[in-house]
Amino acid sequence: MRDVPEQIETRTDPVALPADPAVVRDALGVGVAVGLSGFAFGVTSAGAGLGLLQTCALSLLVFTGASQFALVGALAAGGNPFTAAAGAFFLGVRNAFYGLRLSGLLGLPRAVRPLAAHWVIDETSAVALAQPDRRTARLGFTVTGLTLYVLWNLTTLLGVLGASALGDTDAWGLDAAGPAVFLALLAPMLSGTVERAVAALGVLLVLLSQPVLPAGVPVLVAALAAPVVLTVRGRVSRTTEPGERR
Amino acid sequence: MITWIAIGVTAVGCYLVKLLGLSVPAGVLERPLVRRLAALLPVALLAALTAQQTFGDGPHLVLDARAAGLGAAALALVLRAPFLVVVAVAVAVTAGVRAL
Repeated sequence: MRDVPEQIETRTDPVALPADPAVVRDALGVGVAVGLSGFAFGVTSAGAGLGLLQTCALSLLVFTGASQFALVGALAAGGNPFTAAAGAFFLGVRNAFYGLRLSGLLGLPRAVRPLAAHWVIDETSAVALAQPDRRTARLGFTVTGLTLYVLWNLTTLLGVLGASALGDTDAWGLDAAGPAVFLALLAPMLSGTVERAVAALGVLLVLLSQPVLPAGVPVLVAALAAPVVLTVRGRVSRTTEPGERR
Repeated sequence: MITWIAIGVTAVGCYLVKLLGLSVPAGVLERPLVRRLAALLPVALLAALTAQQTFGDGPHLVLDARAAGLGAAALALVLRAPFLVVVAVAVAVTAGVRAL
């Protein structure tokens, strides 16, 4: 089994093997920055009419930011619970693909998997997948997951409590935190031509489908950018040698 | 009650897809096409989410202060600013443009 994804093998980092303090520092950086944005979620959710318990339950049990924002947005817009949940679920489907990449890298024991699964999100995946070996990947995943989970839930609570005090949260620019987080996570992944083409097509697809498709679906349509670019790029990658299969 | 149903369905659904990803047999991962696809899907999704949350307003597309904030964030990224600074710059510039 290959522990290290192809993308990382070809990356030319100035430091080949980061020391543990560097990994912890990166993980804390992501965990703290994103964890603090739970405040924006708490405020948004309270503004959408959800109660304190409901908002905190979302952060504790769903724990995937985009899905949480999508759900409260849909509920505020008057969507029925199943349509609202479907949109949030579609957004959460991407976590399955993160898990697909992480499972080989982290090599988690079967008993730990159900616990670790709850922390499989954009940020923990980005930090773990940026590490060159299993040990630092596990360290990065754990530190990011723990920091983010604690802070995200704490700041969600504070956000609900502070919502009334803050007034119009958009005036504070808090609605720009989400896209900035996604952009910061995306930037290091844009190392090659294929990655950039996929990102560009993803943006195009989501912007084209946003006005015509129900909430949650445009992002899934954008996911098609990956297979489309791979297909267009050539059939070389599709013709695998028969002997390579197990 | 309706809200609690939505929360419950979302929580269960989102947890199960996370667990599913981690539980897929290792053999599946070793197929080159699947590996490449799994590496590229987050790129497509993160790019889409960035664009959607910058230009989306419900079903509509708008160009507002968030675009300025994201531009500033992109600049901060090019200048290799730390994660927290990138997010803070986006929030501050967006708030600043709205205050104008």
